[in-house]
Amino acid sequence: MDGYKGDSLETLKKHKVRVWSKALVTTTQGVFEGTILPRSENDDDQHLVLKIATGYNVGVDIKTITDIKELGYKKANYKIPEKEFPCTPGLPRVKLFGTGGTIASRLDYRTGAVIPAFSPGELYGAVPELADICNLETEKVFAVFSENMGPEQYKELAIAIGKEIENGIDGIVIGHGTDTLHHTAAALTFMVQDSPVPIVLVGSQRSSDRPSSDAALNLMHAMKAAGHSDIAEVMVCMFGPTSDEYGLLHKGTRVRKMHSSYRSTFRTIGDVPLAMITRDKITHIKPEYHKRRKDRKVKILPYFNEKTCMLYYYPGMDSEVIDAMVDKGYKGIVIVGTGLGHVNKKIYPAIERAHKKGVCMYMTLQTLWGYVHMNVYDTGRDLQAAGIVPAENMLPEVAFVKLGWALGQTEDPEEVKKIMLTPINDETTKREPYNGYLVYQGGIPEVEAFVKSFRK
Amino acid sequence: MVERKIEVFNNYEQSQKEVGYIARKDATQKTYDDLGFMSGLEVHQQLDTKEKLFCRCPAGIYHQDDEYNAELIRHMRPTLSELGEYDGTALMEFKTKKEIVYRINDKNSCTYEIDDTPPFPLNKQALERAIIVSLACKLNIVGEVHITRKQYLDGSIPAGFQRTVIIGVDGEIYPKNKKVRLIQLSLEEDSCREISDIKHKRVYKTDRLGMPLIETVTYPDMKNPDEVKDACDYIRFLNRSTGLVRTGTGASRQDVNVSCTGGTRVEIKGVAHTKWIPELTHNEVFRQWALLKIRDRLKKKIKDSQNWKIKVTEISFDKVEPLTEAMKQAQANNEKLVQVILPGFKGILSYFTQPGRVFADEISDRLKVIACLEKPNMIFNEHFNDDDAEILVWTPEDDLATTLETIEERCQMAFEGVPAETRKSLLNGTTLFERVLPGANRMYPDTDSPPISLQNEYVENLRQEIPVAVVDMYNQLQKWGVPTDTYTYILSKNLYPVLEKIVTELKVTPKFIGGLLGHKLKNLEGKFKKCAFFTYEHVYDLIKFVKEQNLDQAIIKPMLKYLYQDSKQSFENILQKINFQKVSLESLKTEVQELAKKFSKIKQSKKPDIDHHWIVGQIKVRALGNIALKKLKELI
Repeated sequence: MDGYKGDSLETLKKHKVRVWSKALVTTTQGVFEGTILPRSENDDDQHLVLKIATGYNVGVDIKTITDIKELGYKKANYKIPEKEFPCTPGLPRVKLFGTGGTIASRLDYRTGAVIPAFSPGELYGAVPELADICNLETEKVFAVFSENMGPEQYKELAIAIGKEIENGIDGIVIGHGTDTLHHTAAALTFMVQDSPVPIVLVGSQRSSDRPSSDAALNLMHAMKAAGHSDIAEVMVCMFGPTSDEYGLLHKGTRVRKMHSSYRSTFRTIGDVPLAMITRDKITHIKPEYHKRRKDRKVKILPYFNEKTCMLYYYPGMDSEVIDAMVDKGYKGIVIVGTGLGHVNKKIYPAIERAHKKGVCMYMTLQTLWGYVHMNVYDTGRDLQAAGIVPAENMLPEVAFVKLGWALGQTEDPEEVKKIMLTPINDETTKREPYNGYLVYQGGIPEVEAFVKSFRK
Repeated sequence: MVERKIEVFNNYEQSQKEVGYIARKDATQKTYDDLGFMSGLEVHQQLDTKEKLFCRCPAGIYHQDDEYNAELIRHMRPTLSELGEYDGTALMEFKTKKEIVYRINDKNSCTYEIDDTPPFPLNKQALERAIIVSLACKLNIVGEVHITRKQYLDGSIPAGFQRTVIIGVDGEIYPKNKKVRLIQLSLEEDSCREISDIKHKRVYKTDRLGMPLIETVTYPDMKNPDEVKDACDYIRFLNRSTGLVRTGTGASRQDVNVSCTGGTRVEIKGVAHTKWIPELTHNEVFRQWALLKIRDRLKKKIKDSQNWKIKVTEISFDKVEPLTEAMKQAQANNEKLVQVILPGFKGILSYFTQPGRVFADEISDRLKVIACLEKPNMIFNEHFNDDDAEILVWTPEDDLATTLETIEERCQMAFEGVPAETRKSLLNGTTLFERVLPGANRMYPDTDSPPISLQNEYVENLRQEIPVAVVDMYNQLQKWGVPTDTYTYILSKNLYPVLEKIVTELKVTPKFIGGLLGHKLKNLEGKFKKCAFFTYEHVYDLIKFVKEQNLDQAIIKPMLKYLYQDSKQSFENILQKINFQKVSLESLKTEVQELAKKFSKIKQSKKPDIDHHWIVGQIKVRALGNIALKKLKELI
């Protein structure tokens, strides 16, 4: 009975009507006529949902219902029109891996939210422009929301990518929910090294069931990057501005989701993005990058130690927190410290204890921008002496992923340290460019002038 | 060199006669019955709330077109409806490939308006107000409010859809004692205001966007143009009588649906004044009738309408003589010039559709909207041969395919009769194509907002707040003998409550006070600038003052004139301004006697009432407020 339960289910049974019935519902508030729709599981059991003739949905309180008459039955067939994705000689072959998320989705009555729908045919039906960019193949690796992506999925995905590269694909796109897109991007940077082709992660901030969705344009940009760009790196491709203008290609180790809902939520932190991208053109921004190659030599390193955690420091934090992690067998802790990389004195003993037990600890920053500088104040020096390693300008999430990946290969702290401090693809950089930190403040006249004329 | 003559309206009058078009003043109920006139309304009314419907931006703060802090761009794509279909309008609008620019001002818009933040919980104040109006319309209130997305791909809403909820269904109202059934009342977000729409770029501002709006939808129960206006006035009075809605320019607008027998429902959008409704609906019903005549003609002439196709030849601008200004411009812009032959269409393009307009305009209007070709975008010629008609159209190369499709599609529709459209109203009472009429397929549940349960008790409590129904006010005014020509003003300005208060509390005759409000006040409004502090309560205070001072009520009208323009001054001050002096009845008598003596000396005429007139004339001003004119005459 599609989401109906308890009292509302009893009401349907009592009046012998089904979901998708056309029904005449008599209530003490008057008569309602419409199609009985499925109901979201999370909603209460006190109402029936009707689609009335004008297309609107209304809820009827079952307590007020005196009679329901079934007038007919017609089940809706919600299906994105599927058309065979055309193959155009001369266009690059791109593989799209589906992992879930809002990039291509349709309504799910069970949750009342949206679920993914993702064959090449469906995609072609929804975004026919893709056929002008590449020859598309798709594979649904898993269907999970972004927040449920984790180490197991990273490994599985890395192996799948390796196979595709060996099979001669020209570029790879991964459709992904946006919440943890940057975690996955970092993981794939470490697990898939020396790729000869672009690996592009893409998502959407507005689901594709709405006309203003960024999904279609993001997909086109991602396909363009995967099929045509010369940048053979793991990248995130999402809107540059909130307008439907251009996308940005961000390096997988320097990108972060910075707004809960804006389309232009992904930003490169502490550096400039790799490139700007439109349907017709790729404009490079960062001159140095790994170039596309003809060979198929790719290193797949699918390792991860799940006894790795990340600790966001707060004032007054107690030793117990770290002790508990150590006692639970954690091998690696990324601390997200204040300022230049600080925590309070209260937890020093716990840090020393952890260090003695062989736990690897790395310091990153709540400020996100800038380097860890643990030599400026005594506290920082004390911490280093106690065994915390400064992780330079590595983003906290990236440090967490990298530490898990390193510990997946060795638990020897010195080996881990070597891996952690040897950059694979700019997770730490030698220098921070002057334009790597730009958080402008609204209200200031020159910023307002910039916003008005340039920021779309 | 081919000379092309632009067909003038030589077929216009003849076809107008064939359609049977007559002016509205000459039309009777029979005229409309013969055409099968049917009309329904969608009346939009902004609610008076502090904040917008789905975000916490202040409502009712507007800005000028060029007063903005930022701009952004969106393109809209059609998506599937809940039942798995694409909506026709959506597909058409996708074809137009418009770049939509939004101008945002920080005073009235946040990231919600530009669809960069999911909706906040529905504004409770708006919900309550919408329920009260629904109850006043005797609608069945739903048990649970479901937030639905209604697709709009024209860009008027940056999300590409409007969030809207049904509050009640199946109600009724009684304008002029005729029953009109209501389909539903919904609460929805208002849309953006358009700044410009030129070629492939349309610019909007987001100040009005998101303001709470109710939409009252009637069944097509109206059988002539005046009934439509009456019903519309009634709904607007009713909305205003609750005191819960906004007033002023743009606070209420209506869409009018019209069809004739054999025609199709056509929606005339955004009619700002109800007084325009009769002419618009009159012309629309005849436009549909004309399209049916065109269909009959075509069907007679062209047997195989299924396979009817246009014939297209690209031609050089050099081959055409004379070139119009627009064509010269197009040539300078390197646009394409195309000859489109419409087989069998001779006499159709010049066929009457509306006053001053012909069938060719139907095509030209669509070219503007769908292919983004600014007008004039084509010329036509029916001296081409014995059967066919010819269109010359100029277009940028990128828009050529859409241009030709649009022409062919509209001509093919002529074989069917009346296409379902929404049309834009013009001041002269005619209409223009705006877009294809959307259907129920553009609805989609809002996955960002859970449904809201309306408990019976909550609804019943709100029922206590319903104001007196407009029909009851109307009947009471009639009973009181208030002049009927004042009703529209009194009801539309929601003056009834103050009128009733004056009548019951101050015991002034309804007829006098009706005239004071419906004639005098209306007259002042047209002539003078209203003081910013003036409220209708001032009228009550004025009358109360006059009563307390034992003045004659004739003084109210001149005092109101001053009060209206400066409401902060004291009533004593106003009395001084109009040179009022308190004069006792005794001294007035004495003065009358003295005047009588004086006049007997200077009198020259022999007319019987001459004394009377002269004395009244002399003393009238001094008597004003002290004694009623009627009593003064008796005194003499």
